[in-house]
Amino acid sequence: MTRSLLLVGTSKGAFVFDGDGARKTWSLRGPLCEGWPIHDLQWDPSTRSIYAGGGSAWYGPAVFKSDDLGETWNHSSEGLTYGDDGPKIPTVWNVTPAHGSIFAGVEPAGLFRSDDGGATWRHVEGLREHPSRPGWQPGAGGLICHTIVPHPTDPQRMWIAISAVGTFATEDGGTTWEARNRGVVDCNSPDPHPETGQCVHKLVMAAGQPDRFYQQNHCGVYRSTDGGHQWEDISKGLVSEFGFAMGAHPRDPATSWVIPLSHPEEGRTAPGGALGVWRTRDGGDSWERHGDGLPQKNAFVGVFREAMAVDRSDPVGIFFGTSTGTLYGSVDEGESWSVVAANLPPIWGVEAVALD
Amino acid sequence: MPTVLLPRSLVSLFPGAPRRCEVEAASVADAIDRLDDVSPGMRNRLLDAGPSIRRHINVYVDGIPASLATPLGPDSVVHIIPAVSGG
Repeated sequence: MTRSLLLVGTSKGAFVFDGDGARKTWSLRGPLCEGWPIHDLQWDPSTRSIYAGGGSAWYGPAVFKSDDLGETWNHSSEGLTYGDDGPKIPTVWNVTPAHGSIFAGVEPAGLFRSDDGGATWRHVEGLREHPSRPGWQPGAGGLICHTIVPHPTDPQRMWIAISAVGTFATEDGGTTWEARNRGVVDCNSPDPHPETGQCVHKLVMAAGQPDRFYQQNHCGVYRSTDGGHQWEDISKGLVSEFGFAMGAHPRDPATSWVIPLSHPEEGRTAPGGALGVWRTRDGGDSWERHGDGLPQKNAFVGVFREAMAVDRSDPVGIFFGTSTGTLYGSVDEGESWSVVAANLPPIWGVEAVALD
Repeated sequence: MPTVLLPRSLVSLFPGAPRRCEVEAASVADAIDRLDDVSPGMRNRLLDAGPSIRRHINVYVDGIPASLATPLGPDSVVHIIPAVSGG
């Protein structure tokens, strides 16, 4: 690897950081995407394109695309609509390239796909036709489809996550969807085990095991080994069950990272003002905290759901951004950290790209 | 032909689009369609589902707040202005 990119979405535009192969020195470009609020940026290795999803308070939702590593951008929202009689879409929360298509998760929660590189979009109607949909209620961040996890080889299979609604999966290319929340507690409901209503914050797939998932939920951290049909609480040992961001190791299916935050009604910031990243090496049976290089007092910052990224280098690099605009990086799999950049706008999304 | 004045933050999304242009249009809706002909995608930036003018976009015809149905005359001046709102 001779070049790295960090793609950073913020409340005030996108930023691209150019790094060398060592991932120690970075230079910043931005704000990009005309300063629009950008929730998520993703890299499509098949086309070497960058996609950025967001929405402007004035100009509505759009997916931006760059084919030259962020130097120039175009944008489109053609077809990104529920129709003239449907609810209005203010913003895009997730963009995910998969199997030659691009998928977008939007608010209010729904899924769109583009088969022409983001030029036009069409609604994947089956998700909103799920029988539970009349009961979907927004979480604090809105009613948002914020996570899209495609199967690595089978384009018919995909998992998505909606805050305060739960995880859904399709095995027929999006025609029908099944809620997959069994075992996940809804701690804000009189019924702790409803079919839907679980507030999933982030869903990641284990490397090389497409039926193995980890989930950071509002009410705990969970593991599934059967494609999300059944979940098991793996929060034990963490300082807090609550958090947003989660990352999975690109080669080791037993390793993942979370950033626990204080109780949801008590700030949602680094517990005790000490910022730490927690890693499991055994699939969530145990956790270890790493804070070397991170502020350990008076750091009352949050880390949002899309704001942590794991690259594919060896050793793995991990990068995350805070609600207060500091971007941290680790090039030793999360054991020690340093500041990549400070004084950015609130960071909403981070993606790490190791270029050949 | 009516004249349309566009905000910098809008035309910056469409490289080469002018801040001021003349369009053959009988209404505000027509004018936005003509803008979209020249700069594909501009209609989506200005209109939401409905269709309706986006909540934080204000349109004036000859200085008076307008809707999509507001008629335009040959000498009309259409201002499209972002509202003092947003994030």
